[in-house]
Amino acid sequence: MDLASVKVISIALTIALGVIFPAMAIGKIGAAALEAIGRNPEAESGVRTTMILAIAFAEAVSIYVLVVALILKFT
Amino acid sequence: MPHISLKAEKIFDLFGLPITNSYITSIIVIGLMFLVFYTYKKQVNRPPGKKSTLFYIIQYVINAIYDFFRPILGDKIDICFPIAASFFLYILLVNWFGLLPGVGSLLIKVGHGEEHHFIPLLRGTTADLNTTIGLGMMSVILSQYFGISTLGIKEYVKKFYNLKNPISFFIGTLEIVSEFSKMLSFGFRLFGNIFAGEVVISVIAFLIPVLATFPFLMLEFFVGFMQAVIFATLTSVFMNMAMSKAH
Repeated sequence: MDLASVKVISIALTIALGVIFPAMAIGKIGAAALEAIGRNPEAESGVRTTMILAIAFAEAVSIYVLVVALILKFT
Repeated sequence: MPHISLKAEKIFDLFGLPITNSYITSIIVIGLMFLVFYTYKKQVNRPPGKKSTLFYIIQYVINAIYDFFRPILGDKIDICFPIAASFFLYILLVNWFGLLPGVGSLLIKVGHGEEHHFIPLLRGTTADLNTTIGLGMMSVILSQYFGISTLGIKEYVKKFYNLKNPISFFIGTLEIVSEFSKMLSFGFRLFGNIFAGEVVISVIAFLIPVLATFPFLMLEFFVGFMQAVIFATLTSVFMNMAMSKAH
């Protein structure tokens, strides 16, 4: 394989493998938040704020992957 | 493929200082924000009935932001609210300004003769890594500053280092490293989201020229709002953590 094709494959693998675990984490956070709201509907606003924060932390990992992929692609 | 540049491009030099296209956008947004809030400030002391509609709109927005931050900040809201709300409003306006038609699509010619090329005159400010890392550094340093000024330097160092047992000493070192990783995390999160949005919009516009970008534009509208909320919320949470005593 020449350098260009290795680069293309590595970009695709970076983003494809890198978003698996953040996606699972965000799914788990959302499920847990729904369960909490279902048990205690009055606490919805507090749970929502905490959920968005936790999602932001989990999503940050996938954004690092995205930044690496973008740097590989456009430089 | 459309031309996509990872870094902001230089438009011209001002006394040796390179002026990039994202810098021009941020100057425009700061000017607009200054005008709007100057109008607000001028009308605060007028009797009711003599205030303009703009005053009440801004008042409503600021009230909504205050109600959002009150449960997060608790009794420290007097100190932290101005910073958090400024971060929120600035990032929100900058993100939405980057979605306006003309930003990124107006091109100007740089260079002479054979070597000239076209670069966009305006570029979303948060689609430039310098801006977002700068905002992240500002946020982390301000939270340190507020922590030290409310707790005093001795109490503040105790949050990181107490000599009770070796494990907490080691964890304190990790905490200091995490302060630096917070800056990078703030910067990359904002930059990644906004820049990825711009790339998606320009690629979709290249693939399907008519109407197909509209849902993605709406998505970016939402993402811009969400990232502003996340940045301001995280800033206020970290400030709250820095200002509370070690346990």
